[in-house]
Amino acid sequence: MSPNPRRLVPDLVILAAAVGLFFVFPYDLAFLTRILIMVVFVLSLDLVLGYAGIATLGHAAMYGTGAYAAGLFAIHVSADPLLGLAAGAVAGAAIAAVSGLIMMRAHGLTLLMLSIAVAQVLQEVANKARPVTGGADGLRGIRMEPVLGIWEFDFIGRTGYWYAFTVMALVLVMLKVVVASPFGLSARGIHESPARMRAIGTPVYARLVAIYTLAGGIAGVAGALAAQVTSLVSLEVYSFEHSAEAVIMLVLGGTGRLYGAVLGVALFMTVEHLAAAVDPFNWLFIIGALVLGVVFFVPAGLMGVPGALARLGRGR
Amino acid sequence: MSGLEVNGLNKSFGGLTVCKDVTFELGPGDRKALIGPNGAGKTTLANLITGIAPPSSGTIRLDGRDLRGLREPQRVRAGIAKTFQITTLFKRLTVRENIRLGVSERKRQGLKLLRRADGDRATEAEVAELMHQFRLTRHADTTVENLAYGQQRLIEMALTLALHPRILILDEPAAGVPTSENHLIVEAIERLPKDLAVLIIEHDMQLVFKVARSIIVLVNGAILTEGTPREISRDRQVRDLYLGAGHG
Repeated sequence: MSPNPRRLVPDLVILAAAVGLFFVFPYDLAFLTRILIMVVFVLSLDLVLGYAGIATLGHAAMYGTGAYAAGLFAIHVSADPLLGLAAGAVAGAAIAAVSGLIMMRAHGLTLLMLSIAVAQVLQEVANKARPVTGGADGLRGIRMEPVLGIWEFDFIGRTGYWYAFTVMALVLVMLKVVVASPFGLSARGIHESPARMRAIGTPVYARLVAIYTLAGGIAGVAGALAAQVTSLVSLEVYSFEHSAEAVIMLVLGGTGRLYGAVLGVALFMTVEHLAAAVDPFNWLFIIGALVLGVVFFVPAGLMGVPGALARLGRGR
Repeated sequence: MSGLEVNGLNKSFGGLTVCKDVTFELGPGDRKALIGPNGAGKTTLANLITGIAPPSSGTIRLDGRDLRGLREPQRVRAGIAKTFQITTLFKRLTVRENIRLGVSERKRQGLKLLRRADGDRATEAEVAELMHQFRLTRHADTTVENLAYGQQRLIEMALTLALHPRILILDEPAAGVPTSENHLIVEAIERLPKDLAVLIIEHDMQLVFKVARSIIVLVNGAILTEGTPREISRDRQVRDLYLGAGHG
């Protein structure tokens, strides 16, 4: 199969947007970096929810574990950012593998409840392990070495921005490869019909644990990025709101499309940023209206808008 | 013996026995039909053979190997595959992707992460061959949910055949298919590999008598009789069963 150059258009648009935003909003790089980190997190959720159909409201379990792992790694082992990312990935994957062994036996509401429970348990463990994690005060004292020994993390956040963008781009490319692979096809198959997958010889449970573990590693990378760029890990990394917002962002953008994660995060966080600035007390109303509008009018999310418009044009 | 041996199979749910001492053999090239009224236990028997449900007692052997303890995916890999009574496909995937998934899982490529699912030439050639065999080539890139039910039944068979089974269980392959499209199913069964052992569960007697070379009649979970289509069509018990006692 020859590669289709048109497939690269969305990637080039993202790159152009990243460059443009860097120059247009040089004093909002911290916010833009948060968006990039969230994109990594929601991309990992898309693999789980959008592709494999695993219902979860506890994806922050892996994000938070990655964040604490990277923070502790930087404080006690090495302040090298890339090694810290690896530590976050391993920690996220490990917690996903262990919790996945239990969770992937469940379905529907039970699975949702279990996913929430895992994140809440981890949050409480982090809270109680105050000597290690800093408890409610958060993990402080994270100092990062320059990226590749060259680019130091600066006060304005230029290095953090490009570092987060590079990681996000690599995760996006990696996930594009994964979802186009036999592994990705099997994830879609499980989403469509686990019964049929078993009937074609697939060990569905083991495959779900594998998918969840891979996504956990990516969520761990997102958490590690957050810890490294902000030099702080708080208990909020495990919060239910964090998991739930990620689901909302993915639904807004469109599940099972990867680029839906990018669009959803960008839209949600931008609207949240602007709405909170305009009306600090009622901004959630605007977010709610946005979600309702998308769910009612474009159930497939922003990625479904072109298709919806085309159908409208054909009068269907 | 090579092939499938079902011996003294029983299945009970509490006090309800749905499979009673069922014994039969299915060898390479066999075309055996399993018929019986609704609730006779045909699909239950198929589920016991494929490992969807465990039997209460009795043995199932494939080429002499006891399948006890093997779950459904393991039995598929051992060579037993089944189509579903109610079409169970990957409806938002294309026809090509459905069959590719079957071939890919049979080849145990499902954990491969770094190459494209459509990048293996041997797999693609096999997918194309199966689509050709079941007259699906012109629908290759259509999502399954957009195809007629008769074509979906053909995809069921193509997907199952992609697993290279030695024992193929067709659970009501013509169920829900309009009479005008029944010939598609008959033709597809006739084109199956000659050495494949096929067990057809079907209500449509015309189809059964066209494709089966022997028939098992199941009533209340037990085998009433077994014979050739000619023997079965003349069997008084079977005629009583289907037409009612005292039909003349």
